[in-house]
Amino acid sequence: MKTGTGMRSALGRARGLGAAGGAAHHWTSQRFSAVALVPLGLWFVFGAVIGNLGADQEAIRAWMASPLNATLMILFVVSAFQHGALGLQVVLEDYVHGAAAKNVAVMANKMFAAAGALFCVVCVLTLALGG
Amino acid sequence: MPSPLPPRERPLSPHLQVYQLYRKIAPLLSILHRLTGVALYVLGTLFVIAWLGAAAYGPGAFATVQWVFATPLGYLVLFGWTVVLFYHLANGVRHLTWDSGRCVTNEGVRSTGITMLAMVLGLTVAAWAVGLMMVA
Repeated sequence: MKTGTGMRSALGRARGLGAAGGAAHHWTSQRFSAVALVPLGLWFVFGAVIGNLGADQEAIRAWMASPLNATLMILFVVSAFQHGALGLQVVLEDYVHGAAAKNVAVMANKMFAAAGALFCVVCVLTLALGG
Repeated sequence: MPSPLPPRERPLSPHLQVYQLYRKIAPLLSILHRLTGVALYVLGTLFVIAWLGAAAYGPGAFATVQWVFATPLGYLVLFGWTVVLFYHLANGVRHLTWDSGRCVTNEGVRSTGITMLAMVLGLTVAAWAVGLMMVA
């Protein structure tokens, strides 16, 4: 399809103007984190939460000092926040219509995910490595 | 001068109400996936933050959070949390099955929906059976 003037193709002119072009990456990231969260989510409920029912802080600290537990916990929180951020972004893009409000909401969503994941990782490392 | 055309019933665009979610289970299961996902991300993560944060801040903070979760309301919230998490997990596996090109038929949607609900029930019962045995 040729419209207007100039030598650039319609595709060439459209590139970079519309969507950010990250849809495929968004889609695969959401599936990748979903696949990871199936075993990690089951481990979190049955291993981390149920396995530590009634434990005091000293027991949690000893449990988190196991490198495997700390690694799985960090994988879980990072995957969960990434997966949640990707999912809520789609919901916000679907339901928040004003351009400014949508951009602010999507940005706040990403900040929440980054801050939440970082805080959880710092907590895990504090328990695992802190004296 | 010709008289104006009589008003005509125009078709309405679809609205949530026309889908009759109370009669058809597929769209209900579909929107629940989104609702449970948002709930897990917006509210569920707060429990994880509270739990890990309290543990990292020390014995006093952790004892407080453990006490809150052990109240009847805490148990109720945790029970809801497990149902919501297992729903999103099991229905997520259902979505991954569809992504692989399997069960993308009306019959597949129905049968995987029932399998998924059975998984949610089984996982919830298993979690609470094991959990209540642990604290007993």
